[in-house]
Amino acid sequence: MHLTDEEQRLLDGEGGPARRAAMQLLVRYGTVLGAERLVDTNNVAGGGVASLPNRRDVVADPMDMDATFALLSLDSDETFEIPPVKANTFKLIEGMDPRHWQIQGVSERTKAIVERSQSFCGKLGISKCNTCTPYQVGNVPVFGEHCAWMESSAVIYINSVLGARTNCEGAQSTGAASLVGKIPYWRLHTPEGRRATHHVRVEHRIDDMMDWGLLGYWLGETLDDAIPVLTGDLGPGELRKLKHFGAAAATSGGIEMYHLVGRTPEAPTLDAALGGRPAREELVFTDAQRREAYANLNSATEPTVDFIMLGCPHNSLEQVRLIVRLLEGRKVHADTALWIFTPGALRDVADRQGYTEILQKAGAMLMSDTCPALGRVKPEGARVAATDSCKQAHYLPATLGLQTHFGTVEDCVESAIAGRWVGRLR
Amino acid sequence: MTTEIILRGRGVHPGCAEGEALVTRMPISGFGGIHPLSGTITERRHELVGQSFKDRVLVFPGAKGSSGWASNFQATRLAGAAPLAMIFCKMSTKIALGVVVMRVPAVTDLEADPLELIRSGDHVCVDGDRGIVVIRRQP
Repeated sequence: MHLTDEEQRLLDGEGGPARRAAMQLLVRYGTVLGAERLVDTNNVAGGGVASLPNRRDVVADPMDMDATFALLSLDSDETFEIPPVKANTFKLIEGMDPRHWQIQGVSERTKAIVERSQSFCGKLGISKCNTCTPYQVGNVPVFGEHCAWMESSAVIYINSVLGARTNCEGAQSTGAASLVGKIPYWRLHTPEGRRATHHVRVEHRIDDMMDWGLLGYWLGETLDDAIPVLTGDLGPGELRKLKHFGAAAATSGGIEMYHLVGRTPEAPTLDAALGGRPAREELVFTDAQRREAYANLNSATEPTVDFIMLGCPHNSLEQVRLIVRLLEGRKVHADTALWIFTPGALRDVADRQGYTEILQKAGAMLMSDTCPALGRVKPEGARVAATDSCKQAHYLPATLGLQTHFGTVEDCVESAIAGRWVGRLR
Repeated sequence: MTTEIILRGRGVHPGCAEGEALVTRMPISGFGGIHPLSGTITERRHELVGQSFKDRVLVFPGAKGSSGWASNFQATRLAGAAPLAMIFCKMSTKIALGVVVMRVPAVTDLEADPLELIRSGDHVCVDGDRGIVVIRRQP
């Protein structure tokens, strides 16, 4: 891989041992990819230190932040002090809600690790937005901006909707990128790597949140990591719908970018999205594919529901307001917990709007900073879950052992009140 | 008599390892797809659900799903549950970073489809230095 003089000096240790380890990681990684060079980035969204399960379980002392960062975020066996980040860096999802950690069943040990990690991120200058959706709370990359983001739902959003450029990075590549402001120049950083490979004709009208999710879930499962361009009967795709659509496509498969003709910035026409080449394959989405995706997402066999989660990816204020309208003056069933997730910065606004209080009076909780699948938080004893998120419905059986119902937000709220699943495919 | 097939490709992590193959035609999710402390596949609708790749040669098309792929496979190494080696078909950032942090011999870009030629239970040698895979099968 070609390195600039500056990069070579960092690799030689001029920037200290942590930045040298960061360069070593990027060179090893770029070489496996077959990347010819690195590209500068000043926009990183990363995973932080050891506050999530599987990370805190495999290090000798998850309270030793420097050693933990070196191992988990740089894959280095050496120990050194981690200096402040060079690139503008945003922290993604955390291990608990600082307000409701006890209700989430978080142990004192985990709480201590999360708090230590948060304070360490602050010292390094990592912005503690603690959400899977940095683009909802102050980090909106511009068209063409080279980024180094992880979180598959955010990667697909900023590539497709905003026209920013990032591959689906991981904890170690974002850790390294934060320290040196570099990432391999590969695939989605290059103009040719962003062109559509498959054409999908949508013949079933896509309008509500659930249909956008089902389309995404089917696409990911069918196309793996291709880049689809979609044409056909697509209703208006606002932020919340494209957020849900992309999250689903990046869960069942590995889609990191899509084009909607006439909507997304790199698809003024079908031909432009394809870069003048024919599509490798043409596929059709009809009601049959929609029903198949719905059936694949519903893993619950029991009708009772004891845990309902809304807000994956983290809800926008518009979504929180809709739940408030559906719930106001009503009461969640005594045997059912309803947890709603939004970024912390938006919960502050929800507090001001009075939403948090209305939800609490109805027996629901507005939570931030974490989610059930990643933080592995759930109400004590929960066995059967329900959600309006394809991503969460996919992961909850594997990560928390919960059988899961999937439906619309209205299905979920009505089921929360009834204490049993009342959703169905319409 | 044992059949032997030799495949050439690109070594992407150095080292040599050999053992019993575990083959799937389905891509694997790291986060939410495996239990890293035991190396077991946990994805509900995966054809290998319940099986472990620990101490076996994992042969699969590639990575999918969450960006936590490398973190979860790094955790398999730290927990002693990593595969012995990896053979895969499709390059991606998830798998490239995973190869780096898992630190097991790995080969890709093989001259023939490993998912066609290797069956679970075959004895496979992976030479990550030279990019060579040797498959041995008892009749």
